[in-house]
Amino acid sequence: MNWIKNFVRPKFESVFRGKDDTEENLWINCTECGEMIFHRDMDDLGKVCPGCDHHMRLSTKERFELLFDSSYDLVDSPEVPVDPLKFKDQKRYIDRLKDARNKTGMRDAVSIGVGDISGVETVVVVQDFAFMGGSLGMAAGEAVIRGGETALEKNCPFIVVAAAGGARMQEGIMSLMQMPRTTVIIQELRDRGLPYIVILTDPTTGGVTASYGMLGDVHIAEPGALIGFAGPRVIQDTINEKLPEGFQRAEYLLEHGMVDMVVHRHKLAETLGRLLRLLIDPQSSQAKQAVPAGE
Amino acid sequence: MQVYLEFEKPIAEMEGKIAELRAISKDDPEVNILNEVTRLEEKVATQLEKTYKSLNPWQKTLVARHPSRPHFVDYIDHLVDDFTPLSGDRLYSDDQAIIAGLGRWQGRRVAIMGHEKGANTQARLKHNFGMARPEGYRKAIRVMELAERFNIPLVTLVDTSGAYPGIGAEERGQSEAIARCTEKCLQIGVPFVSVIVGEGGSGGALALATANRILMLEHSIYSVASPEACASILWRSREKAKEAAEALKVTAESLSDLGVIDRILKEPVGGAHRERNLVIDQVGDAVIEELDSLSHLSADELRRDRRQKFLDMGRQGIT
Ligand SMILES: [Zn+2]
Repeated sequence: MNWIKNFVRPKFESVFRGKDDTEENLWINCTECGEMIFHRDMDDLGKVCPGCDHHMRLSTKERFELLFDSSYDLVDSPEVPVDPLKFKDQKRYIDRLKDARNKTGMRDAVSIGVGDISGVETVVVVQDFAFMGGSLGMAAGEAVIRGGETALEKNCPFIVVAAAGGARMQEGIMSLMQMPRTTVIIQELRDRGLPYIVILTDPTTGGVTASYGMLGDVHIAEPGALIGFAGPRVIQDTINEKLPEGFQRAEYLLEHGMVDMVVHRHKLAETLGRLLRLLIDPQSSQAKQAVPAGE
Repeated sequence: MQVYLEFEKPIAEMEGKIAELRAISKDDPEVNILNEVTRLEEKVATQLEKTYKSLNPWQKTLVARHPSRPHFVDYIDHLVDDFTPLSGDRLYSDDQAIIAGLGRWQGRRVAIMGHEKGANTQARLKHNFGMARPEGYRKAIRVMELAERFNIPLVTLVDTSGAYPGIGAEERGQSEAIARCTEKCLQIGVPFVSVIVGEGGSGGALALATANRILMLEHSIYSVASPEACASILWRSREKAKEAAEALKVTAESLSDLGVIDRILKEPVGGAHRERNLVIDQVGDAVIEELDSLSHLSADELRRDRRQKFLDMGRQGIT
C-alpha cells in the first residue's frame, strides 16, 4: 500500500481568498445569520459561526485535522475506470470530472486518512461535498471499501464522515452498485467486531444515506445537517404540501430515532474518542492494540 | 383493451383496421374480408418485429411500464401454488407496495417477494404504484429472516419506479430501511434469485435485488434514477427523459455488458404484455434453473458468493 504524506493544496485558500486582499475580504459573512467573522478566527472556530452556531462545510483537510489528535497518514484510493458509461448530458461527464479535479485539487470525493483519535488508531474516510456534491460513484465507493479494508488490516475502528447529494448520476447503474458494495465491507467490519461510526454532515441524502450512511454502530449528526433519502424538493413536488419546520434536519432525525446524537463540532473529536474507548474491549482480541497501554 | 404506446401508432392503426373489418363482416357476412385481414395481420407482424428489434432505451422504458405488462400478482397466480402472503413489519403497518409470502414456485418451496404496481386505479392506490415505504422494506427483511431460519430459497421480482418520497417515509427512516434491507440481502444463507420484470428504479429496487443471480426481462430497465429524474437534475428539464434514458444505459443489454446482471430473458415479439403467459412461464423456468445452480452451495458459500459478486462488480470488464 502506498502512503502519501502530502495532500492537496488547502481549499481554505480558494474558498476564502478574495480577488484581492483588501480589508473587507478578510471578513466572512455567515451564510445563516450574516454575522461578520474575521477569516483568521474561522479556523480556530472549526468554521462554526460564533453568532448562530451554524456549522459551515469543512474541506477534507480541515475535517482530518479536526478529528485526528495530530498527524495522520493518507491512504491512496484505488484507480477505477473513468466514465464507465461514456456519459454526456449538456456537457461530457469526463469534462465535468476534469473541472472538478482542477477546482478542488482532488481526484474524487472520498479520501482516506489513518491517525489517532484520543490515542486510538482509527481509519477515517471523508466524503467532500465540494467535489461534485460528494456524489457516490465508482471512485468514492472504492475508496470507502479501501478505507474499510485498511481498518480490517490494522484491526482498528472505522469512521465515515458522510456528505453527498446522492448518487453520481453520470455513472448510472455503476453508481447504484456502490450501495451494496460498500455494505459488504461494513458487514466484514461487523463480522470482525470492529467499531464503525458514521458522522452525518450537511447534506447527506440519497444512496449514501440508504447504504453505509445508515449502517453504523453509532450515528452522529452535525447540528442542522440535512439528512434524508429523498431530497426536500422531490418530496415537495410529489406530495404538494408544505414540509414541516426542521424537516430532515439532524435534530429531526434524532427526534425520530435515526441518529444516536447530534454533536457540536467543537465536541466531535472528544465524543469520538470517548466512544471508541468505550466500544473497544481491551481484553478481547479485537482491536486490542488499538487501545494504548495503561488503559 | 389493448393499450398502445406512442411509438406503436402504425401498429395501432392497422389493428384498428382489422377490428373494423371484422365488425363489418359480422354485420354483413357477404363481405369477404379474409384476404384483407390476412394481409394486414402479416403487416402487423412485420411491423412489430421491426419495431421491437430496435427499441431505443426510452421506448424500452415505456414498454417496461406498460400497464398490461405482467405484474407480481400475475406471476404468483400462474407460477406459485399454495401462495401464503405474510403481512406487516411488526413495527408500524403493512405496506402493500411490496408483497411477500411463502409458496411453491412450480412446485418448489420458496419465499417470494416483490413490488406490485397494481393493474387498475383501485389496485394502484392500494399498492401505492409499487413505491414502497420503510414498512415494505422492513417486511421484506422480516420475511428474508424467516426464509433463512427455515432454509427456504428466496425469489424476488422487482418492479418499481423507486421508493416513495414522502414525509412519513422520511420520518420513519426510508434510508435506514433500504440500507438494512440491502444488507439483509447480502447476509442470508439461502439461494437468492432476483428477476427485474419491469422497472428497476434506484435504491428502492436494489433493496430487493442484491441477489446471487440477477435476471432481467429483455425490455425491462434498471437504473440509478428514473430517466425523468435524471433529466430534471442534469438537463434541468423532464422533457429530456429520452436523452437521459439513452445516457444512463438502462437496458438489459447495457447492464449485461457492464456485468451488473447475469442473464437476459427474451420477450416475445411486441413485448411481454402481448403474450403474458409465455413470459411468465419463461421466468418460472429460468428461476428454477438458477435456484438449481445454487443448490449445491452451503449457507456460507452462498453468502460469500453474493458478497464477492458485488465486490467484483466494476473491477473488471469496464474500460
Ligand atoms: Zn451565523
